[in-house]
Amino acid sequence: MLHFNRFVLNNGLRVLVHEDPSTPMAVINVMYDVGARDENPEQTGFAHLFEHLMFGGSVNIPDYDEPLQRAGGDNNAYTTNDLTNYYCSIPAQNIETAFWLESDRMLGLAFSKKSLEVQRKVVCEEFKEHYINKPYGDVWSKMRQLAYTTHPYKWMTIGKELSHIEKAQIQDVKNFFFKHYTPINAILVVAGNVTTPQVQQLAEKWFGPIPMGEKYVRNLPTEPEQKSPRLLEVKANVPVDAFVKTWHVASRLEKGYYITDLITEILGGGGSSRLYQSLVKEQQLFSNIDCYHFGSVDNGLIAIDGKLVKGVRMADADAAVQKEIEKIQQTLISNTELQKVKNKTESSIAFEDMSVMNRANSLAFYELLGDADLMNTELDKYHTITAEDIQAYAQQIFNPNNGNTLHYYSNNE
Amino acid sequence: MNRKISPNIVDAVDFDLQLKPYTLHTLDNGIQVYAIDAGAQEVTMIEWVFKAGNCFENKNIVAATTSFLLKNGTSSKTAFAINEHFEMYGAHLNRHCYNETASITLHSLNKHVHHLLPVVAEIVTDSVFPEEELAIYKQNQKQRLEVNLKKCDFIANRLIDEYLFGKQHPYGKYTSTLDYDAITQADIQQFFKTYYVNGFCTVFVAGKLASNLIEQLNHSFGQLPLNKQAIAFPQSLVLPTAEKKHRIINDANGVQGAIRLARPFPNRHHPDFAKVQVLNNVFGGFFGSRLMSNIREDKGYTYGIHAYLQNLIQASAWMVSTEAGRDVCEATISEVYIEMERLRNEPISNDELHLVRNFMMGSLLGHLDGPFQIIARWKSYILNGLDEQYFYNSLQTIKTVDAQTLQELANRYLQPDDFYELVVV
Repeated sequence: MLHFNRFVLNNGLRVLVHEDPSTPMAVINVMYDVGARDENPEQTGFAHLFEHLMFGGSVNIPDYDEPLQRAGGDNNAYTTNDLTNYYCSIPAQNIETAFWLESDRMLGLAFSKKSLEVQRKVVCEEFKEHYINKPYGDVWSKMRQLAYTTHPYKWMTIGKELSHIEKAQIQDVKNFFFKHYTPINAILVVAGNVTTPQVQQLAEKWFGPIPMGEKYVRNLPTEPEQKSPRLLEVKANVPVDAFVKTWHVASRLEKGYYITDLITEILGGGGSSRLYQSLVKEQQLFSNIDCYHFGSVDNGLIAIDGKLVKGVRMADADAAVQKEIEKIQQTLISNTELQKVKNKTESSIAFEDMSVMNRANSLAFYELLGDADLMNTELDKYHTITAEDIQAYAQQIFNPNNGNTLHYYSNNE
Repeated sequence: MNRKISPNIVDAVDFDLQLKPYTLHTLDNGIQVYAIDAGAQEVTMIEWVFKAGNCFENKNIVAATTSFLLKNGTSSKTAFAINEHFEMYGAHLNRHCYNETASITLHSLNKHVHHLLPVVAEIVTDSVFPEEELAIYKQNQKQRLEVNLKKCDFIANRLIDEYLFGKQHPYGKYTSTLDYDAITQADIQQFFKTYYVNGFCTVFVAGKLASNLIEQLNHSFGQLPLNKQAIAFPQSLVLPTAEKKHRIINDANGVQGAIRLARPFPNRHHPDFAKVQVLNNVFGGFFGSRLMSNIREDKGYTYGIHAYLQNLIQASAWMVSTEAGRDVCEATISEVYIEMERLRNEPISNDELHLVRNFMMGSLLGHLDGPFQIIARWKSYILNGLDEQYFYNSLQTIKTVDAQTLQELANRYLQPDDFYELVVV
């Protein structure tokens, strides 16, 4: 049971405090309710580029990192398709420095042209490093475009193409900031060696005076139900063929999410998982294979992703995956297997919660979903899932009409 | 309230940092168990460290293969049964092979540990390395290697170590697909018998430890034929490459180059090591470093650039590592040399040094937070033959090393002629 206190400032900023006196550190986590899904389709990658610009100086403070480092703190940030999160960890005595820095960049950015110019280049290098200059680096860009016709999950957080990033203008940066980076659209979590009254006083002092801003009302196009299977075949300069297949699944708060999570464990969660045992070890069709999902807030994807053993035909690999899918649809999983995946889930939650940083991050995320207290009921939700639930849901999602297949061939024949 | 003025801070250099001492236990057969009992979650981490790294192998990749296949079958359990046993209890059993050592790490909820220890003991005494498992491993590892060989950073990491240490040295050698073909079941079984069954093991445990954990460990491991004799690390000759500058095209269509600049550097026992850690932080050791400020934050040549001392036991190397746009690789290298020159020619300002000291202390404080972090630091010290004095001396160095000393060190070590230089596109 994770304890926390919650209050809301007059400007709408939600503040959560998790006290843990066993650590000498404090964590300040600011989550903004904006991600790549909120981007204009002609300006993809912007939320992430913007995250970089948050380090380019704010209205009263020319440099974000320097004073934080001088106070013994460290920080980072990440952007996903759903949200943008900034976190720093600092010796608890110096926590006010983090309040000062974080509140100033919520108040206003410096909007420096130089920073935009440099960070455009940095992000282009990040794009190249992870998605262009790597074998199979474009798999997810292609798969997202295949699986989503309408919903903005169809592009990756980094952006659809380099040119979108290269074209970003300072006016776009300003508009984005004033639309999304306001107290009403943010969640502040303070965790570690702090007390609630102390955080209350500091939050009022530093964040209280920031104008509320307008609540961003998300109105995204929903992905229509997929009516027929989709297949994309690609040839690229890679050494071995790869197979990737996805199916649409439930959104984050639906029961289907928890079932999906358990299904990924049954199929691909380790050395005793079904796909590994059957396709890598017994049939030796794949050199590696995995099953996972993205934990997306809106309706997500479950994926099976593997590389073929050289000489294996794509059609055979595909058929063998399909056979495993049919197995989980047709035969109820045993109690032992169900217990196994639940035990794994219990254990990963316990290990995840060891770090104050993770706890702060999770609190912010569940608050973003609607209620931080959801964090404390997660495990129970997994426990209520039955073998029948899994079978029924597998029958629903692994419908061939709901599937998107990518055959990614090596051209080094 | 004036938002232009920073709140007062407590200088992290004034912190009185303590490294929580371990408790040391000895099992009946002499295995030493270092334990850190801390934390609030009911979890335990146990790491068995064997002297079974790649410096002991006579044939390439035998040590890593033995380590990898430890989970792939004993005389009474298949690979599947072993995996299922650990996963049934939500536990993770990982194995890693390094240059000197190879380790097996267990992460488990406390309530399940007693189901798992006997199977770990079975694995380290009775693994059989079935032919079938070895064949699958070879096939899949070769494919994996082929994929990695397409990556410029992977190639660069192999080559820079070869330049520094020579291809015969454990730190400089790497694997080809032919090496996988050459290993046999007998090679693996022999290595296992010598370096695991009759090998030398040290155990590190951390978490909110059960009161009878040591008893449990003694029950499963205290009677095994381990630690009967000391195993000495073989001495390998460092044979660096004569030619220092290398440019390699691995992918004609590549859009980035992996850049590595490196020079040999002594290990942690050298008196300059801790001081150079401070100098390295100024140079390229964190986000506010000079390399990052200049090459990423001013020029935008790269997503990230880092300098560090390699984490090796016998001898280290001072490394600068980045992936930069193909057309700015040479410009990046020039800027790295310019930053070396500045450190040689100008003393670091008090202000910058103050910042770096505080940052290092703050990050040390953060890195000692939690039982797993504390035991990781102790493990590193123990495997490097160091004690807690090293920790307290390092703290003292961070707090007191002066700009003049750092400038002298820059003149001693940051000489471009001493650096190997590599770009892989």
